[in-house]
Amino acid sequence: MAIREFAERGADLELVGIQKRFPGFTAIENLDLKIPAGSFFALLGPSGCGKTTTLRLVAGLEEPTQGRILIGGSDVTSTRAHERPVNTVFQSYALFPHMTIIENVAFGLKRRKIADPMAKAHEALKLVELDHIAQRKPQQLSGGQQQRVALARAIVNRPALLLLDEPLGALDLKLRRQMQLELKAIQEEVGLTFLHVTHDQEEAMTMADTVAVMNKGAIEQMGAPEELYELPRTAFVANFLGQSNLFTGQVVSTTADAITVESAGARIVVPAARAQRHQGEVTVGVRPEKVSLHREAPAADANRNVLAPGRVVDVSFSGVSTQYLVEIPGHGTVMVFAQNIGFGPVAGLGSEVWISWAVEHGFGLEDGPDETRFQDDASTTSLAALHREALVSELEEH
Amino acid sequence: MAFAAFSTAEAQPQAQRKRSPIALFLLLPGIAYLVLFFLTPLVSLILTSLQAPSEFGDIGVYDYAFNWQNYVDVVTLYWPHILRSFGYALVATIAALVISYPLAYFIGVKARRWPLLQSLMLVLVIAPFFISFLLRTLAWKQILSDESFIITSLKALSLMAPDAHFTGTPFAVIFGLTYNFIPFMTLPLYTTLERLDVRYLEAGSDLYANPFHVFRKVTIPLSMPGIVAGTLLTFIPAAGDYVNASRDFLGGPDTQMMGNVIEANFLVLLNYPAAAALSIILMAAILVLVGIYVKRSGTEDLL
Repeated sequence: MAIREFAERGADLELVGIQKRFPGFTAIENLDLKIPAGSFFALLGPSGCGKTTTLRLVAGLEEPTQGRILIGGSDVTSTRAHERPVNTVFQSYALFPHMTIIENVAFGLKRRKIADPMAKAHEALKLVELDHIAQRKPQQLSGGQQQRVALARAIVNRPALLLLDEPLGALDLKLRRQMQLELKAIQEEVGLTFLHVTHDQEEAMTMADTVAVMNKGAIEQMGAPEELYELPRTAFVANFLGQSNLFTGQVVSTTADAITVESAGARIVVPAARAQRHQGEVTVGVRPEKVSLHREAPAADANRNVLAPGRVVDVSFSGVSTQYLVEIPGHGTVMVFAQNIGFGPVAGLGSEVWISWAVEHGFGLEDGPDETRFQDDASTTSLAALHREALVSELEEH
Repeated sequence: MAFAAFSTAEAQPQAQRKRSPIALFLLLPGIAYLVLFFLTPLVSLILTSLQAPSEFGDIGVYDYAFNWQNYVDVVTLYWPHILRSFGYALVATIAALVISYPLAYFIGVKARRWPLLQSLMLVLVIAPFFISFLLRTLAWKQILSDESFIITSLKALSLMAPDAHFTGTPFAVIFGLTYNFIPFMTLPLYTTLERLDVRYLEAGSDLYANPFHVFRKVTIPLSMPGIVAGTLLTFIPAAGDYVNASRDFLGGPDTQMMGNVIEANFLVLLNYPAAAALSIILMAAILVLVGIYVKRSGTEDLL
């Protein structure tokens, strides 16, 4: 592997049948993944899903129990971390505390004996707009500055593959947004392959060309962010990537372009092309921002699904939109996001509402809704209601 | 942030006002102790080192004077011992560092996953302290004496000349010093290595540094506080040691160190000014050497 020279362009990464076992548990179970050269790929998942382990396997900091890792077509499975054309931006940044910023950035260049490391390090610092603090020590920098130094230290090496291990996790929201845009711009500018690990779905969607949602050591679904959001294939993806209203029921009729599901007495039509399964018990869903609220029963429309009247149990205003929780008998709580186009809430707390959504916005899942939907409702409203009931019964006893 | 800035701005003058009387009161016992047991003997030692022999007195009777000639005398007479002390102490410190570093690294970094092993090994490092170091050094004298199993075997195998000795050689003294000070080296090294963040090592190997370079460029600089503390704790007492080099223990007539000379002057020759002058020289030399060392190793911002 020619790590003495800069990578001309990003390389593709291929994981073949990767398995990683730690004493006592399996972190990754049979993972196959191909990331094309020059793309910005996000690995998204909750903590403990194996995404960081995957990253460490690629970096060479862990050894796979089984399987092969190929970077740019050559097998690097048995090579050590320092021999791989890969650099990592660590979650903790891991800037060497005993070196100045410029020494940190030039570290990799010096080890590879690349000509004129200092000038190149200064150039990289200019890219992240921190050249003026080159002589400081890492502990004198703010979190955001440290993050940018960590990024400069990695990209100055022009690795064929850049690994980002939740590097924005410690930053505040505003800085995070700014860094997301900067990262994306740098990736487009230098044309490297980025593999970004994160648990922040918004971050993954804004930055990546391709998002892979990981759960329990396996990839649940992979695709462009819009594709994943508009057409989630599993309940996990539907709930982890954004939020979803899910309904389970039997398929009662199937036509060439639509299936009809009967769930708690209501009929929900989903386009056949957007449903993974066409018979038996299926789970269908719709995104909360696609759902409309009505103060009175809407006129019957073949192109809209309507759910029986429910009651608004929670209204929360979040600036651009208002979030309603509507309790519908038999269907549980349905979430509705309404754009704040007019003034004031569309419906008040406790008012009776109908909800509807266009048939083409529905989607059908491959699996059933995940178990969390049937667990105890721990929302504040229901807890308050329970508490009130307990108090009332106590009063009646006395 | 705003809250923090506000509160510190307000707390500052209050803290200063509170500090003065109570802090001084609490420091009083410590200051009294230092004046009584450190400053007084030091002043007495300096005065003694400048004394001149009493004109009509017996051997061992001296008068207060300003006889700085004492210093010139002891240096001309004992310069080989002075050099030997620092030479032996330096070699013993390096030997102890070379032996202790891997040991401390293993206990502090590699054994992190097995806390029980970690504690067991630490206990083993400290265990020698349960026996007086005089006894342990005497035991080594027995083990390494000419009649001992080890030495007779080495001679039988022709690995040592038939008329060679081990005890009484510089090598034996350095061996004794190294052995006795290894725990003082290992413990400070362990405390810094135990806190070593292995993520820095991973970052090093991610940045194309092979294990040797990671060790040299990351591990060693990050463990510098431990190295400095350990070498000081070894070098300072080793330079003044008089047990290992003594003829009664591992040394011989040609291995006498400053400590032995001071002891002889004080207790045998009754030349108190010479002994005091030697003590002052030893103390000053150590202070200067340590000062240069701490400055050069640049651990100020790591400590």
